[in-house]
Amino acid sequence: MFLFRKKFARRFFSLIPLFILFYLVCSETDFNFEKLSFLSFNLIYIVIFYWVLKNPDILGYGFIFLAGIVNDVIIGLPIGVSSITYLVLAGFAAYVRYLTVAPSLIYDWIVFVPSIAVTNSVYFYILRIFFDIEVNYIALALNASITILLYPIIGILFNFLSKIIIVRKNV
Amino acid sequence: MVTSRDDFSIAIRSAFLKKGIKQKFSLLALIITSIILLSLEAINSKSLNFVRSAVKDVVYRTSFVASVPSNSITSVFTKVQNYFEVYEQYEIAKSKLQQLENQKNQINYLKVENDKLKKVIDDTDVYNYESVTTKVLVDKKSPFLKSVILNKGFNSGFKKGMPVLDGPYFVGRITEVNYLSSRTLLISDLNSKIPVLIEPMGYRAIMTGNGEKLALLEFLPKNHQLEAGSLVYTSGTDGIFFPGIPIGRVELTEKKFYIKFFSDLSQLYFVNVITSKPIGSE
Repeated sequence: MFLFRKKFARRFFSLIPLFILFYLVCSETDFNFEKLSFLSFNLIYIVIFYWVLKNPDILGYGFIFLAGIVNDVIIGLPIGVSSITYLVLAGFAAYVRYLTVAPSLIYDWIVFVPSIAVTNSVYFYILRIFFDIEVNYIALALNASITILLYPIIGILFNFLSKIIIVRKNV
Repeated sequence: MVTSRDDFSIAIRSAFLKKGIKQKFSLLALIITSIILLSLEAINSKSLNFVRSAVKDVVYRTSFVASVPSNSITSVFTKVQNYFEVYEQYEIAKSKLQQLENQKNQINYLKVENDKLKKVIDDTDVYNYESVTTKVLVDKKSPFLKSVILNKGFNSGFKKGMPVLDGPYFVGRITEVNYLSSRTLLISDLNSKIPVLIEPMGYRAIMTGNGEKLALLEFLPKNHQLEAGSLVYTSGTDGIFFPGIPIGRVELTEKKFYIKFFSDLSQLYFVNVITSKPIGSE
């Protein structure tokens, strides 16, 4: 019984990032505020970057791809745009993970800046050049800036979760 | 230096080609799959459209269910807020009712006069259209694209391009139709361009969404004397929309003319889709 409970708790905590990712893409809840648009940010980017960097087994690439497809369908974008952008971001995170010897939140934050810049550029160019869809690039840039600024705060919260998952695994 | 370059190439290879312990796919394989899916978007075949439509219907319903908890919380907040505003709204409503009573008398007079004049010129009733009321299924806020998903699709006779109204006000047009759902591109979206008529001057122009709460007025006639407060209606010159559907009021900001919509596009719950075509269109 104790073993079962332990296993269940570990499984539950390790599923939280996946749940957050799918809840954000599926539901109307995201952090794009209509009235306070200057405070909008993309939590999905933070979730993907953080968890691929810290523990890729928790957030599989297949799930990231699927989340992108669902997001495209709901937002009304050509299917595949968000998948590519999410996977590019995951690629950055995976690349940094293989290179980093001593990871720290500050270092991750610095790397997050070019990752977001490239990811958003890919997103913008695919929509603008291949599909001729106009995108409010000022809103996009503002959104990216707020996402970058909030990374350390949300990173600290995820650090707690990450520690819980590790502790549960070692119990 | 060579070692360092090797490190980078090994890291790139590991990141994109290597699968983790629990990973079933490599990043590169999934990126290629995404590119293939994107290329399929350009193909317009009947079977592909059927699959797309079915997938979208399923995802929209899932999204609706997933949004229930957050929507319930928002709805509770809105209700509480509304209770606090009841008295204030009652006072406003009372004074408005008085004004409307006066206007009603004037309108009745004008209506009788209009009917008489119509009989004289033997005009057909161009504003007589059929509409279907539908619920907004998903309204995912995006700072880049403004659209909402409706609860009805092919099954209710919806077609691409049909105008969508919030009460009497024009709010967008249908851009995607599935069997059980459809997508409306709102007039505030950057990709929305609608021919409009500005009264009382009678100017024709193009209304372009700017992704915000206002829309820009473009292609106004040269030497126009447009004033803030003028009313904006659909012109119907495109043959898609009925003429005379109210949209909003002209506002002047930083030497540019904008339209402030009558309808609050962030608060759409039920909308009407005009399913009949305007007279004269094919």
